[in-house]
Amino acid sequence: QDGSISGQVVDETNQPVAFASVTIKGGTRGASADDNGRFKIPVSNGTYTVVVNAVGFLQTSQNVTVKGNDAAVHFALKRATTDLTEAVVIGYGTAKKKDLTGSVTAINAKDFQKGAISTPDQLISGKVAGVQISPDGGAPGGASTIRIRGGSSLNASNDPLFVIDGVPVDNSKKSDGTSSISGSPNPLSLINPNDIESINVLKDASATAIYGNRASNGVIIITTKKGKKGGPLRVNFNTVNSVAVKVKNLDVLTADQFRKVVKDQAAIQNKPYAVDSLGKANTNWQDEIYHPAFTTDNNLSFSGGVKNLPYRLSLGYLHQDGILKTGYLERGSAALNISPTFFDNHLRVDLNLKGVVNGNRFANSGAVGDAIRFDPTKPVYDSKSPYGGYYEWQDGGVPNTQSTRNPVADLYLKNDKATVYRSIGNLQLDYKFHFLPDLRANLNLGYDISKSNGSVREDPTWAAAYTTGGRYHEYEQRTRNKLLDFYLNYVKEIKSIKSRIDVMGGYSYQDFLRGAPGFWTTSITKNNPGNPPTYTKPDSTQHTLVSFYGRLNYTYNNKYLLTATIRRDGSSRFSPDTRWGNFPSIALAWRISEEDFLKSSKTISNLKLRLGYGTTGQQDITASDYPYLASYSISTGTTRYLFGDSAYYMYRGAPYDQNIKWETTTTSNIGLDFGLLKDRISGSIDVYYKKTNNLISDIPVAAGSNLSNHVLTNVGNIENKGVEFVVNAIPVTNKDFQWNLGFNFTYNESKITKLSTVDDPSSPGVIVGGISGGTGNKIQIHSVDYAPYTFWVYKQVYDQTGKPIEGVYADVNHKGNGNLFYHYKSPAPKYMLGFNSQFSYKDWNLSFVLRSNIGNYVYNNVKSNRAAYSVVIDANKYLGNTIPDVLFTGFNNTQFYSDYYVENASFLRMDNLQVGYNFGKIGKNVSLRLSAIAQNLFVITKYTGIDPEIYSGIDNNIYPKTRIFSLGASVDF
Amino acid sequence: CTKDLDRKPIVDVTSDVVYSSPATIKEALAKLYGGLSLSGQDGTNPVPVADIDAQDVGSNGYLRNYWEVEELTTDEAIIAWNDGDLQNYNTNNWNSNNTYIKLTYNRIYFNISQCNEFLRQLPDSKVSGFPAADAANINGYKLEARFLRALFYWNALDLFGDVPVTTEKDAVGNFSPKQMSRADLFKFVETELLDIQNTLPDAGKNEYGRADKGTAWMLLAKLYLNAKVYTGTDRSTDAITYANKITSSGAYSLAATYRNLFLTDSRATSKEIIFPIRANGLTSQSYSNTTFIIHGSTGGKMSPPDYGINGSWSGLRTRKEMVTKFPDLDSRAMFFTEGQTIDINNITDFTNGYAVVKYKNVSSTGAAGSDKNGTFVDTDFPLFRLADVYLIYAEAVLRGGAGGDRATALGYINALRNRAYGGTSGNITDAAMTLDLILDERVRELYWEAHRRTDLVRFGKYTGGTYLWQWKGGVQAGTSIDNRFNLFPIPTTDLTANPTLKPTPGY
Repeated sequence: QDGSISGQVVDETNQPVAFASVTIKGGTRGASADDNGRFKIPVSNGTYTVVVNAVGFLQTSQNVTVKGNDAAVHFALKRATTDLTEAVVIGYGTAKKKDLTGSVTAINAKDFQKGAISTPDQLISGKVAGVQISPDGGAPGGASTIRIRGGSSLNASNDPLFVIDGVPVDNSKKSDGTSSISGSPNPLSLINPNDIESINVLKDASATAIYGNRASNGVIIITTKKGKKGGPLRVNFNTVNSVAVKVKNLDVLTADQFRKVVKDQAAIQNKPYAVDSLGKANTNWQDEIYHPAFTTDNNLSFSGGVKNLPYRLSLGYLHQDGILKTGYLERGSAALNISPTFFDNHLRVDLNLKGVVNGNRFANSGAVGDAIRFDPTKPVYDSKSPYGGYYEWQDGGVPNTQSTRNPVADLYLKNDKATVYRSIGNLQLDYKFHFLPDLRANLNLGYDISKSNGSVREDPTWAAAYTTGGRYHEYEQRTRNKLLDFYLNYVKEIKSIKSRIDVMGGYSYQDFLRGAPGFWTTSITKNNPGNPPTYTKPDSTQHTLVSFYGRLNYTYNNKYLLTATIRRDGSSRFSPDTRWGNFPSIALAWRISEEDFLKSSKTISNLKLRLGYGTTGQQDITASDYPYLASYSISTGTTRYLFGDSAYYMYRGAPYDQNIKWETTTTSNIGLDFGLLKDRISGSIDVYYKKTNNLISDIPVAAGSNLSNHVLTNVGNIENKGVEFVVNAIPVTNKDFQWNLGFNFTYNESKITKLSTVDDPSSPGVIVGGISGGTGNKIQIHSVDYAPYTFWVYKQVYDQTGKPIEGVYADVNHKGNGNLFYHYKSPAPKYMLGFNSQFSYKDWNLSFVLRSNIGNYVYNNVKSNRAAYSVVIDANKYLGNTIPDVLFTGFNNTQFYSDYYVENASFLRMDNLQVGYNFGKIGKNVSLRLSAIAQNLFVITKYTGIDPEIYSGIDNNIYPKTRIFSLGASVDF
Repeated sequence: CTKDLDRKPIVDVTSDVVYSSPATIKEALAKLYGGLSLSGQDGTNPVPVADIDAQDVGSNGYLRNYWEVEELTTDEAIIAWNDGDLQNYNTNNWNSNNTYIKLTYNRIYFNISQCNEFLRQLPDSKVSGFPAADAANINGYKLEARFLRALFYWNALDLFGDVPVTTEKDAVGNFSPKQMSRADLFKFVETELLDIQNTLPDAGKNEYGRADKGTAWMLLAKLYLNAKVYTGTDRSTDAITYANKITSSGAYSLAATYRNLFLTDSRATSKEIIFPIRANGLTSQSYSNTTFIIHGSTGGKMSPPDYGINGSWSGLRTRKEMVTKFPDLDSRAMFFTEGQTIDINNITDFTNGYAVVKYKNVSSTGAAGSDKNGTFVDTDFPLFRLADVYLIYAEAVLRGGAGGDRATALGYINALRNRAYGGTSGNITDAAMTLDLILDERVRELYWEAHRRTDLVRFGKYTGGTYLWQWKGGVQAGTSIDNRFNLFPIPTTDLTANPTLKPTPGY
């Protein structure tokens, strides 16, 4: 040793920082400062970079040269912008976290889930208490069902509002459940997750009320990355390359097992001819339709600032193959942000432009169910087959119309593809008045437009389209959503009365227009009178929202906080008499830790109590934009009625309720934020009660009173109550090793408290939840005093050995009237848990996310529909595979209503596991980081289907979720 | 910009547009008739284009539901499908939660509501604003709307007894319509029909498929024939009066060949059909009309192309008791027996019970239907036809009605049998002409035409144990069933939606 480096670490007020970690970059040496902040490290001669880390402070480094001496160095650390002072984006502005009165969770890019992630919602899965994000399946770019604190509606939308850089975007579904942007798997797949800087989730009414008219289901605010003022040009290239594989096959009979079952059943059912239908092949149909699928996601960004013009430009390219053969999603994206300031920072301009082009081919997901049903003794290909060379069941020389179709042919002989362009952008002008800098005006002009072109081609040789000679159609759609927001904001600090006043008032106009022209579907080969083209009608719809809003934030003595908001909303979906609604909220917070008795506490660094109460409105009716009008639709060309020799189109009046009005949700929230040991442990606990009145419900209407047997009207109440608990901790932090962990817990219970205009205890409720198998079977019910979508089934009776007895059910109601249905469980999880942790050791890091739902049940429709001997030899002259469960139950006929098929689907999922290595500088100004990620690594569950996480609670040939392995590299210049 | 909140539909229109021109008014009228066979505004697509909220769009049409209640609950038919609680029809043990009863009820009331809406939107004051010729046409449409409403109310009182009633005088909303007794509703339907029977077009003079004097008389005859069931008072004399009006109008005559009545060109080959439910495989596609009957009754060893269709649905067969009503030489017996057993051991196995090949999607010359794909059929359903009038006349005479005579009655029956036997070999004598013979003759002549349940109820043989058929009451040999089954229950959903309703007795 030639010398040493010694010195002291102090904070901004020159107070020593005890136990700071002092390391020498590139080496293994280091030291811990003592309780006076002093340290000494012996070294050889040379120049070193000394790095100091301390909890709650920014990392600081200095270069020191040692030439046989003891080089002295002084570190004055700056306090890190901790969570508490971090700006959090809320509706129409930002707030410091310490000043929040509502329930808001902010997740920054560094905490996002990593890996092959093609939609923004997946970034925060498992990270936020009270938020349930259930993927609808494993299709590329596929949608998730997102629920914040349970669903507050029955027939209106339960999706949260998404706001991207101040523009509320369209993430809705059409009334048939498909994406509101035709040709895209999901509107959110048109947003590149790599451009996102932070995602904030607003949960309670006081946080969401400022978005009044669309906020009943919570608000998710997405802020994209921006350049930094005066910063140098930074270039980042980021690539993630992944392979997705199927997790497992659904258990069906093997070809040999199937041959035996068919022979046995042919004898039992006296259908000897069935044996002749058996083939000689051994086909695993599920292996034939899935393949490992490759994804590459590449992003290049440039950011920096030229004087007063910070900018960021990013380009992205994603190609994601689906594990179901033939399907893929391709996305090119570009995003530009510039945020210049003018007039001595009095005018701030923020311009965001995002453009995306998606190319999709949708794999025919009918293949998923067909692969389970198709006879395994049949080959995939048949050289003599006229159906594209695929084996198909026939009936008198034509394809059997009732039989299962060849699953591989499903995929290759139907080509369903689309190209979608979408752009979201806004220009925000924020002006601080020269004569009164406390007052600012903010104008936000935004748009969200899209254009879709798609085509569907059913090959003439495909058995499903054979008799029509193939079918072809092209479709188009455009959406055009506009936004204008204007508000004035006045902020005044009045020191003399220890008060801070922040008042805001504004106006908002939003217009949503969606239009698709009509189109013809034509026969490809047989353009003859027997197969005329069919016409699909245009579909255009528009609605408009107008709002006036105001908010007051008042802070007294930095300890007592008040937020009050009021919003008056008008919706074009309601009649002039009912279209306006008023939605107020109020919230109080008390920063207890600022009180004298806690201010000096070494244990409690933060303690805040929050109380919130408010009302939000709901008008997002997916079924119709005009529910109060007597509207008439005309029938299609194939649905006319004959008078004499002429076929007449038909005009039909739709049911309507001219008095339909706002559904309102009132939320009460009590929350406590805490920080212990200088916030090394921090967290919050929230208890809430949400009640929705005047539910917009599609209910059976008295016969004869309206123009159908159901009408959309305001009937019923629903309540959600729950507890959310979050804790984040830093158990270890020293120079080499840092460990963070986070845990969140949610308890939620939904209950319908009213369902009809009159109370009728004898009425079971509204039956919902259609299943596969038979015609019109439904398995769920909305009933008063039960959770929505509770299962409505028969109670299975079992023999001594635990085997269900076919067709024998207990009369649970003891009514003896032959009605054996009873309420049994619901698909909603009672508890949700998220657990995540990050470890870093020197340049290595490891992180994982574990997620668990408890108390959720799923109806195994795949099993109920297939696990019976009656499906093996179908009356319609074909054979169909069954599920080994039948060997246990011995069911001859399907037992759709048995609660045997309602299974506990609680699960624990390893969502994400990541290992990374930071190479640091690998050349002049170039740094590199590599990572390996596994997603959906394992699931622990008792559920017997492929995957237990099914939001609807009905497992019915869903595109299976995948297991994904990725390698990522990030290079900074 | 609060004015922008007044958005109007872009693709659809509001009622004022529809009822402003004679052409669109006729298209609104088409919907009232369309309610007889079609499921919605786009036959093959589900909600929101289906007329009523049903899981499966194909099952919500009128003909399918009406046919099922009239046939599956009797000796004439049985269905294999294990769909929800459909099997309860086969075994006569339904309750007020039954999905299919609900569908039937909701469909009838949907059709009634659309008729009411049509009449509501066209008050006299509005019609008089049109040019005289148009106004005359529109007034004619209104009479037809009232005929159709009377037909559906007749279905409602026949199937459900005391039911809620609304007319064009009630506004559209969410209220509780008043329940009317079966006898009062009978009176309402009768009054409506009597009021329109003279102003409708002459029998056979309207466009084919639309109502005329003949259809109104037929409905009156059917109403009076069953009056004792509905009101306790026999009205056989009135039944004869209206049967006579039909036969003496000269508009109708028996088809030369029985089987041609159930083929795609029935309209061209005869003048027997008084009121058809029209079908066309290209322009009027529905899974709820004869498409259902023809596909549904094909299966086993039957080859679908023989019936003009592309596939079998393996559902509908008949029961042994119906088969045994046919002597060998009666050409009206159209069964497919190869690979089928006459007895039904397993209801859900298509090969148990004889298949029926009465309806086909081919013409009398063997030409296939217009949908070359073979899914949707062209075969009209004969809801009212002259043979039924003959049998109504004969039965009303035997029940003691005035205005007719036994000789004419015998002549009518032998006219049908003459056609069936291809000569006089099957003719009966006056002595053989009993009420029991009439009931059996109605099976032989009118099976699978949606009359059987009403007939059995009128003869007191539907419930109880005096007449049994396989699986009646859920027992293979057949067993007695409770008298409450003479009526279907008003569905629980409507009892809930309309708390002023009293449940159907016994349920």
